[in-house]
Amino acid sequence: MATFLARRIVYMVITMILASFIGFFLIELPPGSIVDIKIDQLRAQGGNVPQDQIEALKRRYGVDDPLHIKYWKWVSRTLQGDFGTSFETDTPVAGIIAQRLPITFALTFGTALFAWLISVPLGVYLATNRGSIPDYIITFVQFLGIAIPNFALALILMVFAALVLRQDVGLGFFSPQYVGAPWSFAKFLNLLSNLWIPVVVLGASATAGLTRVMRANLLDVLNAQYIQTARAKGLQEHAVVWKHAVRNAVHPLIMSIGYLLPAIVVGDALAGVILNLPTLGALYLRALQATDMYLGITILMMQCIMLLLGNLIADLLLAWVDPRVRLE
Amino acid sequence: MATIAKDAPSQPERARKFDDVGQLSQFQLIWRRYRKNHLSVIGAIVLIVMYLMAFFADFIAPYDPNEIDASHQYAQPSTIVWANGGLALQGMRQIVDSVNFQIIYEPDPDVTYPIRLLVRSNPYVMWGFIPLDIHLFGVEAPPEANAKIFLWGADRQGRDLFSRVLKGAQISLTIGFFGVMISMVIGSIVGTASGYFGGWIDNIIQRLIELIQTFPFISLFIAIAAALPVTMPVVQRYMLITIILAFITWTSFSREVRGKVLSYRNADYTAAAIAAGASHWRVITTHMIPNAMSHIIVVASFAVPGAIAAETALSFLNLGMLPPAVSWGVLLQDAQQIKSVTLYPWLLIPLGAIVLASLCLYLLGDGLRDAVDPYA
Repeated sequence: MATFLARRIVYMVITMILASFIGFFLIELPPGSIVDIKIDQLRAQGGNVPQDQIEALKRRYGVDDPLHIKYWKWVSRTLQGDFGTSFETDTPVAGIIAQRLPITFALTFGTALFAWLISVPLGVYLATNRGSIPDYIITFVQFLGIAIPNFALALILMVFAALVLRQDVGLGFFSPQYVGAPWSFAKFLNLLSNLWIPVVVLGASATAGLTRVMRANLLDVLNAQYIQTARAKGLQEHAVVWKHAVRNAVHPLIMSIGYLLPAIVVGDALAGVILNLPTLGALYLRALQATDMYLGITILMMQCIMLLLGNLIADLLLAWVDPRVRLE
Repeated sequence: MATIAKDAPSQPERARKFDDVGQLSQFQLIWRRYRKNHLSVIGAIVLIVMYLMAFFADFIAPYDPNEIDASHQYAQPSTIVWANGGLALQGMRQIVDSVNFQIIYEPDPDVTYPIRLLVRSNPYVMWGFIPLDIHLFGVEAPPEANAKIFLWGADRQGRDLFSRVLKGAQISLTIGFFGVMISMVIGSIVGTASGYFGGWIDNIIQRLIELIQTFPFISLFIAIAAALPVTMPVVQRYMLITIILAFITWTSFSREVRGKVLSYRNADYTAAAIAAGASHWRVITTHMIPNAMSHIIVVASFAVPGAIAAETALSFLNLGMLPPAVSWGVLLQDAQQIKSVTLYPWLLIPLGAIVLASLCLYLLGDGLRDAVDPYA
């Protein structure tokens, strides 16, 4: 166990180093440096920018350094806990991310909980009532959930809410009159009315996918001989399904944790932009569009770390739940 | 077990039904099974129609998709009536509402213009090399009437949405398709090499794949696409986005193919082929690839809708195809403003096209997955 962990962690560090090369190169790739943007900003505010000021800006941001020097400067600063400054807003990257982290975190966990609470019972029901009319209906709905792209679903639900429910949409989590207001029951209701769209959008494909896998796995397990044995012993059907079968079918749900952690950081970037949610995914998109490189690279690296951590946690959990899985 | 026995037909009946199985090729067996999944067959037919329409888009579209027409801003879908023994377009009057200062259109019941097939109007170049001016349909109207047929309405600049959705299909339906094709080829070659030769080759390839997969798919796609210069010509941009898609998606193909090849590598027939003196090349091309092919095609058919969604999403965010190129994602930018959608709901039609294409591709993949293993 300890050697397994140690090996995995060493391996993760090496992967992260290589990933940071690629990530830095990609983020550095877009033409036009931050200094050009700064100069444009200053020009827009008024007048010409003197040459020495341009030089000062270039030195400050190290624009003319070769790529490996830039990389080295960035890595050494990052390892010391300084993630750099956002060019667009001139504030520290760490602060911007910290501001958005809780809401992204809450949204992701809320959605995952929603997906699990629905997909496990639903999958069990569908597997035990195979071929019934609800089975066909729900299978078709699931199919829609998987097939409709997330951003398309976000648009559809927004139009539905606006046209049918006469709701103001695209405002983020709160309607304007509640943004600065102290917490109250009305504000909570307002949050709920704005929250259902993102939860459904982000949860739809996950719920559909998990239910499908849960149903398929459980069908396999229910055909196993130990299930027949359990029934032959005269065990109640309820116990057969939940104690013997379901426990052997939940592996994909545990593996899905591996995707959950990076999702905290990316959220669903596209749905976030469409629904105007203050999530990290939306921030990442804006950072790339504005060539705000330190903000972009920090979020990208966070995603990579989360993906590696998520996979590790999923493996450990799997070994803990199922003693047959060996950690090697 | 019990349920299967109950559903199965009696033995002689079964034998009669399948007595020709021995004479059928693998392809015929696959087709026989695929046909039974009616939903999937419907999906395939719809897809064929969609791709054909995209292929002949310039001919089917009545107008140039980028033709700006200030006198038809946000024109609503045309009313088509039966008049003088044929289909005809109801005449419209554009009036400015003096209260809200909105452009509204009112039907003009006295005026109709006949709709004709194969009319000559604005010239275009079919597939880039046949100059033509014949369109599938059009309205016969005097020039001063300024009557145009808008099957699906017009956008803010008076451009015909039907023509734009057709033209957009040329990009949106193909970019994901070609991207997945390229990634399928790369993934098959790398995956076969990895699984067949094993050892250090396998090790290096697997580490490389893990490294690429450390990045979330959409983040990586966005990061690379953001590096493309905005001024790039449309064709070049199209090709680069296709290649980026292929570069990001080949890893999962390669994993799948490797898994399959690993299991065939240890099969008895492979050992027999090698013992009989077959070269690596022959073993790979006669045993590995054909065996893995059906599986590869199924994985590809599920990957195409994802790739199409990725392109439309990226174009929607102004990172993929950019105007003047027309893609479904570009068209959807107009639908982002909920206010204009509530006033002009036909702006959502491109969304319907995306959902329909995506749904049909998944149905196709679903049917293929069940059909490709006809011996099961």
